[in-house]
Amino acid sequence: MSIPFKYSLKNFKSRKLTNVITVFGVALVVFVFTAVLMMAYGIQKTLVATGTDDNVVILRKSANSEISSIIGGNIQNVIRTLPHIKTTKDGKQIISYEPVVIINLDKKGGGISNVTVRGVSPEIKKLRPQVKLVEGRMFKWGSRELIVGPSISKNFIGAEIEDKIKFAGDEWTIVGKFISGGSGFDSEFWGDSKQLLNAFKRGNSVSTVTLKLDDKSNFKAFKKAFDSDKRLKQFEPKIEKKFFEEQSELMANFIRILGIFITVIFSLGATIGAMITMYAAVANRTLEIGTLRALGFSRRSILIVFLFESISISLVGGIIGILFASGLQFFTISTLNFASFSEISFSFALSPNIIIGSLIFACVMGVMGGFLPSVRAARMKIINSLRAG
Amino acid sequence: MKILKLIFKNTLRHKLRTSLTIVGIAIAVIAFGLMRTVVSAWYAGVDASAANRLITRQAVSFIFTLPYSYRDKIAKVKGVEKVTYANWFQGVYIDKNQFFPRLAVDADTYFDVYPEFLVSKNELETFKKERNACVIGADIAKQYKLKLGDVMTIDGDIYPGTWEFVVRGIYKPKFKSTDATQMLFHWKYLDETMKKFSPGRSGNIGWFIEKIKNPSQSGEISKEIDGLFKNSTAETKTETERAFQQGFLASTSAIITAMNFISFVIIGIIMLVLGNTMIMAARERTREYAVMKTLGFSAKHLILLIMGESLLISIIGGGIGLFFVFPLVAGFAEVIPKGFFPIFRIVPITIILSALSAVLIGVASAIFPIQRALKTKIVDGFRFVG
Repeated sequence: MSIPFKYSLKNFKSRKLTNVITVFGVALVVFVFTAVLMMAYGIQKTLVATGTDDNVVILRKSANSEISSIIGGNIQNVIRTLPHIKTTKDGKQIISYEPVVIINLDKKGGGISNVTVRGVSPEIKKLRPQVKLVEGRMFKWGSRELIVGPSISKNFIGAEIEDKIKFAGDEWTIVGKFISGGSGFDSEFWGDSKQLLNAFKRGNSVSTVTLKLDDKSNFKAFKKAFDSDKRLKQFEPKIEKKFFEEQSELMANFIRILGIFITVIFSLGATIGAMITMYAAVANRTLEIGTLRALGFSRRSILIVFLFESISISLVGGIIGILFASGLQFFTISTLNFASFSEISFSFALSPNIIIGSLIFACVMGVMGGFLPSVRAARMKIINSLRAG
Repeated sequence: MKILKLIFKNTLRHKLRTSLTIVGIAIAVIAFGLMRTVVSAWYAGVDASAANRLITRQAVSFIFTLPYSYRDKIAKVKGVEKVTYANWFQGVYIDKNQFFPRLAVDADTYFDVYPEFLVSKNELETFKKERNACVIGADIAKQYKLKLGDVMTIDGDIYPGTWEFVVRGIYKPKFKSTDATQMLFHWKYLDETMKKFSPGRSGNIGWFIEKIKNPSQSGEISKEIDGLFKNSTAETKTETERAFQQGFLASTSAIITAMNFISFVIIGIIMLVLGNTMIMAARERTREYAVMKTLGFSAKHLILLIMGESLLISIIGGGIGLFFVFPLVAGFAEVIPKGFFPIFRIVPITIILSALSAVLIGVASAIFPIQRALKTKIVDGFRFVG
């Protein structure tokens, strides 16, 4: 026969302060744990959304990022001859030759940071249909104009429509604002590929080439043709989505490893807190435990009732922690992505997995904190505990 | 003295609880120390920067280069003692996870401007004579088990091709804050190769470093240098080395803020644990306190009793934590990839902060129970049942 759970719940009332403190401790730990996971997931989500399944990005094999990749004009010609590249109705291949550079801009909060400027080719609308103009107009091909992503206008000084930005010995006018559904492109400037190459005197050496496949299932065939061409030995094609996911790995892993390492240490602290609380709860109820045992409750039901108490404390703490952390979803962080060396803006993102993970984490703290005290309670001898009062 | 004895006796009354609390505090101090060490590692570049060095780079951003011809013009600026230059080479050594900096530098002047990189005269002479020689930091030599005469093969990305360098020198750091994870080779070697394979990219300099005579003139000299190249296609931005390093940090400020925040949450959590212990202890002793008050012990005694116990626990915990933080940081430094944090060590301020936080925890945790003990009337104290 088991002891009614009401017994545990009533006990919360009798030692309010201690229990509230323990709940609060667990809540703090779970808050940090959840926030860290949300931050790492936020970066990943943003960058994964940047790429598309049927787009292929080509860059130099040894390059870690777009800015350190170089693709010369002769290689671009070779790429054009590859099979499975989608064409428009009037027969143009959907390819964008993209020089990617970084410029410094002043942040609104003070300090400067790196912003990506991407040159794109005229087929870009077919290549990345998710990018939509929301204000102003598209830049004119052949002129020194730029369009800007919303995160840049929001976080940097002088990045609104009609502002002029000076780089490469010229003034570039911002003529439009685009959105890309919360992807990494939101933190970029876009301009005419040829104009940027010309201004930076790069000849026709672009950073990356992105093209659309006629069907995403043809990537293997495309890669086979690519790899069999000796002239392309130093380059490699990647599915765009996968490429941008890789760009988030360094940062997301850094946050995750550091964050989890810290929260595990934290959780030891909170577990000890829970353990102290539970030991005290057991010690103070020695007489009660004796009575319960004398009434015929088994050792096991005593163990369960104390474990239940400890787990409920930590679960309540866990839920409070997650609730507070979920409020972070309204915050956007803008920071330097180590992989691309440029600014990326992202929001904390919550997923069902993170919620489940955090609740499990809270439960584990409860079990670890409550187990030893519960065992002590269960092992008490009836006579001794009845004498204790 | 009597009070002291009572404090000790009280602390030992619940051995299990006391030791759990001590462990908790020790863990918190370790976590705090580790966290602060990561933050200070972030600032290592700023600490290592010399006041008498200026950095001149392309105004648009660090990925753009400057013409070699700027060198002579900069050298003529009054107050500039010596000019050297470097290029960010990067490339892939072994695999993409080896982050240490690989730079093409001017062999003749670089080590004059960076006197904290200690190279023996012999090694430096051999390095200067050999076109594809390189000098590496002692940490790099240790990490990859490289010795003089070994060949480092690097796969170029910004500068395509396969590059081979012979290790001709290993530099030692002069100060603890000096970065010993760099790999430096001849800029001339890079430039000649570029001339051969992509002539458009030869004669390019990543950034110039100026050694100046008088650090107090850094502002004027910077302005003068930038003025030389105003309205050219490659405008420059000159700032002190410190400001240059801080600029890099500013862009990661969100992460630093998060880590600072977290390191204080650690203290908050552990304050809760010790506070909890003290509240429980005081609660159990409510009747004792009533007895003591009846016997004539004053409020001062009660405060000393509770505060003393709280401080004793937190100081023991803090001491144990500080003791373990050293091996743990050393272990952590082994695990993280070299070059990610070139300098990873415990700075004195970290120790002071950790010790202070332990004391702070001790004091803060005692406040609530003291308040309770003082407020409880003697009669109520006697009536109290746990």
